[in-house]
Amino acid sequence: MDSQLTLDLYRTMVLIRTFEEAILREYHADKKPVFDIGAGQIPGEMHLAAGQEPVAAGVCAHLTTDDAVTATHRPHHFAIAHGVDLRRMAAEIFGRVDGLGRGRGGHMHLFDPGTHFSCSGIIAEGYPPALGQALAFRRRGTDRIAVAVTGEGAANQGAFHESLNLAALWKLPVVFIVEDNDWGISVPRSVSTCVTSNADRAAGYDMPGERVEDNSVEAVYEAAGRAVERARAGLGPSLIEVHTLRLWGHFEGDAQGYRSDLEGVPGRDPIPTYEAALRRGGVLDDIGVKNAQEAARQRVEDAIAFARQSAEPDPASALDHVFA
Amino acid sequence: MTLTDATTPTRPSRRRLSTSKAMVEGIAQEMERDPDVFVLGEDVGAYGGIFSSTTGLLDRFGPERVLDTPISETAFIGMAVGAAVEGMRPIVELMFADFFGVCMDQIYNHMAKIHFESGGNVRVPMVLTTAVGGGYSDGAQHSQCLWGTFAHLPGMKVVVPSTPADAKGLMISAIRDDNPVVYMFHKGIMGLPWMAKNPRSVEPVPEESYEVPIGKANVVRPGSDVTIVTLSLSVHHALDVADELAGDGVDCEVIDLRSIVPLDTGTILESVGRTGRLVVVDEDYLSFGLSGEVIARVAESDPAMLRAPAARVAVPDLPIPYARSLEYAVLPTADRIRRAVLRTVGT
Ligand SMILES: Cc1ncc(C[n+]2csc(CCOP(=O)(O)OP(=O)(O)O)c2C)c(N)n1
Ligand SMILES: [Mg+2]
Repeated sequence: MDSQLTLDLYRTMVLIRTFEEAILREYHADKKPVFDIGAGQIPGEMHLAAGQEPVAAGVCAHLTTDDAVTATHRPHHFAIAHGVDLRRMAAEIFGRVDGLGRGRGGHMHLFDPGTHFSCSGIIAEGYPPALGQALAFRRRGTDRIAVAVTGEGAANQGAFHESLNLAALWKLPVVFIVEDNDWGISVPRSVSTCVTSNADRAAGYDMPGERVEDNSVEAVYEAAGRAVERARAGLGPSLIEVHTLRLWGHFEGDAQGYRSDLEGVPGRDPIPTYEAALRRGGVLDDIGVKNAQEAARQRVEDAIAFARQSAEPDPASALDHVFA
Repeated sequence: MTLTDATTPTRPSRRRLSTSKAMVEGIAQEMERDPDVFVLGEDVGAYGGIFSSTTGLLDRFGPERVLDTPISETAFIGMAVGAAVEGMRPIVELMFADFFGVCMDQIYNHMAKIHFESGGNVRVPMVLTTAVGGGYSDGAQHSQCLWGTFAHLPGMKVVVPSTPADAKGLMISAIRDDNPVVYMFHKGIMGLPWMAKNPRSVEPVPEESYEVPIGKANVVRPGSDVTIVTLSLSVHHALDVADELAGDGVDCEVIDLRSIVPLDTGTILESVGRTGRLVVVDEDYLSFGLSGEVIARVAESDPAMLRAPAARVAVPDLPIPYARSLEYAVLPTADRIRRAVLRTVGT
């Protein structure tokens, strides 16, 4: 693979991780000594995507901000890889007026019309709107596409199956991504899902299905390339399942007492793995790693500082934006 | 044993439980008593329910009676309907009431209507448990109460406990009821260690099995100047305001509805008949819901009962905002309740 491309994939992954680590730090900073989910500068549920960077980096490398992405309750990695503004995203997570949703939405409800990015906290419900965005793109005579993302747990939801059928029936330019991180909160996929690969389900909807087994960003990139090309060519949707990793808890505060695979988790972190591969390939050295980390750190800390200095929404404005 | 007033149990108990533990104890006692009772839902097994509504049940009753389901609410809530039709007594959990959108057909077109459509020949004895409420910045899809929506649709009873003792007794009544019962618990009353809690979320709970009757409100604080009709977490805000205003010479009566369907109209009318003033506090949306219904019942009975216009403190018809400053501007906070009470008694 082209070395510039591999470096870009690596840098995207580092940027995502740096952002998630900063949110982790800010989220817990003022929830001590007793964790209170509603307290502090970032209150509410917080689902971070550490470990799942390869999926977002590999898929979004094929997209421009004219393409649409619909993400899940765990949305930050796709937002970042798709080019959502870090400052306004951080400000929304902090619930501030300069946030993407002026503090109304929060971390599960990031809407960025500029990059056609959205997400939803209701499982699998990001799939159907992607079909409509794809329909609009096609009707307007463009080759823009929509990428719909969901977890493996969501693949047992009605909206998932209805969307696959309809997209295939109307040959819509959609790429369906399933992030299999082995867990739907505390429920392992073996307990929730009757097939070992959700890619097998694609056959039932007359579309190509592919499973990327090892959380490799390059393998995701290649599989996504095929699916995106097919969608842009008007040949219809595809489904890709990536076997990825939930590096941390389902949400912050999750003690993960149920989690049987916890011991092996740190060794499966995709970023050191990819870094080592790039070093072996001579694409990356100490300086390259340091530069990537420093560049990411600067962008992320700038975004956090921006969020912090942004004002809290005025209570008198609470009733704004209910209607256009 | 029937416990009609949770604040005065027939056999006083000094054993204190959180609301979530009391709810689980009610389920466990019924599971011991009746092998047809079983529990299903997302993360109800090893996790014990996201809001601790099933803690320990898996260890005690095993995976045949405590079933973790896929994220397939239509399938597993519909499954509970079918099992109930065959005489089982399922307790099925919808993790947040906000998620009803993906499975409402099984709830309101099946669970709630089968008994009627069968001309009374088929019974659907099941409990649908679900977490409600906001106040911790969980955003517009994870903070709603929505009980007015469920109560609007005929055929299901709707209960909403506010205390540990009622949580247990209402659970036992709900399981034994031959009708579908929607059991809505506010996250803020559960006594969870990871969420701010009101001091009344850990209270004495009788150890034996008992029922709190469905359809019976509780006058949790007698008073003579104004009636505050409320439910769930708002009961505690109302009690705090009542305590505070007592010092200013305003004597509030606080009614905890406990059930919405059936609604205890008698207790409301009796109270408003005495006080002549009514404030309804409801964490659900303002319009077309519970607060309007309570006032309508009073107006239908005798509009002259009210010596001052009725007041409503509810969420003013917008999705629940994420930012704390906005969320607390629209929730029925103690501050908003106090202002409404003072306005009402001032007229
Ligand atoms: C319709 C609906 N049901 C349940 C939930 C609660 N919930 C939030 S995340 C989650 C697990 C999702 O698992 P998966 O799709 O694998 O995504 P992951 O969290 O692993 O990224 C559940 C059950 C929800 N948000 N929406
Ligand atoms: Mg998952």
